[in-house]
Amino acid sequence: MRALTYHGKKDVRVDTHPDPGIVNPRDAIIKITATAICGSDLHLYDGVIPGLMAGDILGHEFMGEVVETGPGSTLKKGQRVVVPFTISCGSCFFCEKQQYSACDNSNPVEKREMSETLYGQPMSGLFGYSHMTGGYPGGQAEYVRVPFSDVGPIVIENDDLEDEKVLFLSDILPTGWMAAENAAIEGGDTVAVWGAGPVGLFAAQSAKVMNAERVIVIDHHPHRLELAKGLGCETLNFREVDVREALLEMTGGIGPDAVIDAVGMEAHGFAIDNMLDVAKQTVGIGADRASALKQALLACRKGGRVSIPGVYGGMTDKFPLGALMEKGLKIGTGQTHVQRFTHLLLGLIEEGKIDTTFLISHRLPLEEAPDGYYNFRNYQNEWTKVVLKPGT
Amino acid sequence: MKAPKPRTALAIGAAAIGLLALARSSARDAPAATGDAPGRTARRERFGRYRVVGKTVTVAKPSRAELFDFWRDFTNLPAFMENLNAVRPLSEGRWEWEIVAPGETSVTVVTEIASERAGELIAWRSVEGSRIDTEGRVAFRDAPGGRGTQVELVVAYVPPAGQAGVAIAKLLQREPAQQARRDLRRFKALMETGEIPTSDNRIETEKA
Repeated sequence: MRALTYHGKKDVRVDTHPDPGIVNPRDAIIKITATAICGSDLHLYDGVIPGLMAGDILGHEFMGEVVETGPGSTLKKGQRVVVPFTISCGSCFFCEKQQYSACDNSNPVEKREMSETLYGQPMSGLFGYSHMTGGYPGGQAEYVRVPFSDVGPIVIENDDLEDEKVLFLSDILPTGWMAAENAAIEGGDTVAVWGAGPVGLFAAQSAKVMNAERVIVIDHHPHRLELAKGLGCETLNFREVDVREALLEMTGGIGPDAVIDAVGMEAHGFAIDNMLDVAKQTVGIGADRASALKQALLACRKGGRVSIPGVYGGMTDKFPLGALMEKGLKIGTGQTHVQRFTHLLLGLIEEGKIDTTFLISHRLPLEEAPDGYYNFRNYQNEWTKVVLKPGT
Repeated sequence: MKAPKPRTALAIGAAAIGLLALARSSARDAPAATGDAPGRTARRERFGRYRVVGKTVTVAKPSRAELFDFWRDFTNLPAFMENLNAVRPLSEGRWEWEIVAPGETSVTVVTEIASERAGELIAWRSVEGSRIDTEGRVAFRDAPGGRGTQVELVVAYVPPAGQAGVAIAKLLQREPAQQARRDLRRFKALMETGEIPTSDNRIETEKA
């Protein structure tokens, strides 16, 4: 099969790989019909995620048709499914609590120890996202092997729903939704969202659905801010205004009730003992990248809520811990428990309460995926979301 | 369905022993002055020439009795113990463990049951005169809060080349502490999910 393959920093190519097959009883093989490039794929592209190896197949937002099933799968050949980017066994302590992204089993034992060293506990398995999260081949490919296929994939029975309407159930829509949930929004709330990328925009949209009175989105790309306006949000361009001052004034001197950091920061080092050195070497960049969260903590009103869907992997300096404690802020964060939200969100899509297609700026055949990566990274204002279509 | 066995198994006996666990004297696992913590977590080794490693996992399902029964049939162990090719019952309650060794060969060790309490504990040790001096013990107890069963695996062994042997084994990813930890986690996955997760995209046969 053909698949988007990592070769090195800023070097991805479409290569030929052996087709995947059923390995474990609960597996299914999916023929991909649509798959997207995620903002977090750009961290891989930039070569800053540890544990990625040349030859790895990328991609964790995908959907398609079931073509093969193991004896323990509940899927049937021919079904259309969207596959969550988190791999979850469905039977461990965490999956039973619907904390799917904390699954205790999906990351193979010999791979999980890297993250255990770093975080104290091991992370679960993810598709196409380095060997730290299992080294599972991803979905920017013609076919993908889906472990625990009786737990993850959601079957799309309504043929009138085209791929583009449901594809984002795989990651960014549930991620935006969980970000809004973590902000514990109450009627009348003002919510500020840092980052008008896909997750920030979907978080803003979700906050609206959850009856936030005002949503203020902060970015610097004019086109992305236009998309936020289209969702009924107010916008701030951080290149043009003092964000904290503006938020304070816009909220009558109180500050936003909830703040959402949809920007995040990449891990810059991996081994625990060199991480601090790496942080010091890159202190300019590191500080800049953490600035969204720091700004959000300072902007948030007393007793407010802080939601962090943005990805962080390492450590940070000069964290405003005092603002967190003295103002009594509550924090919610984590990788998305995708399986918890897919049915709810599919319902909202079918009812027309949530639309995700506004985000898609470019549609490309799989073979042109490397151009997609290049442009998505370098022309963020116009390239807001790339959908790849294998077989076209 | 188990992941293919690595081909680079280490030569030194320590490797082999990883999964053979230990149990002879409980004194070996319970030195003083560690509070309620297991003795093996002490910052200083206190077991003489034996090295003691171990790990605890919580297994949500099936029941404690079923977990015990699965383990008690030692022929099941190669399903989740990476270094084991096979375990065969011998007469008089003895078992022959065939352990992966370098160069596609294997080493066999004969063990006997040292003690056993149904549903709670199985301990075994290498018989007198074995090439490898090792003991192992697995304990099953109810986890608090109805979370299932805490399964604790403890292995004691005499490193064939002392501390240097331990260091080499670690480099080769065949150090018994690693093996015990990984084997126990594979056991948990197999019990909870019916399979051992792997990111292999196809079953490895000959080079496809």
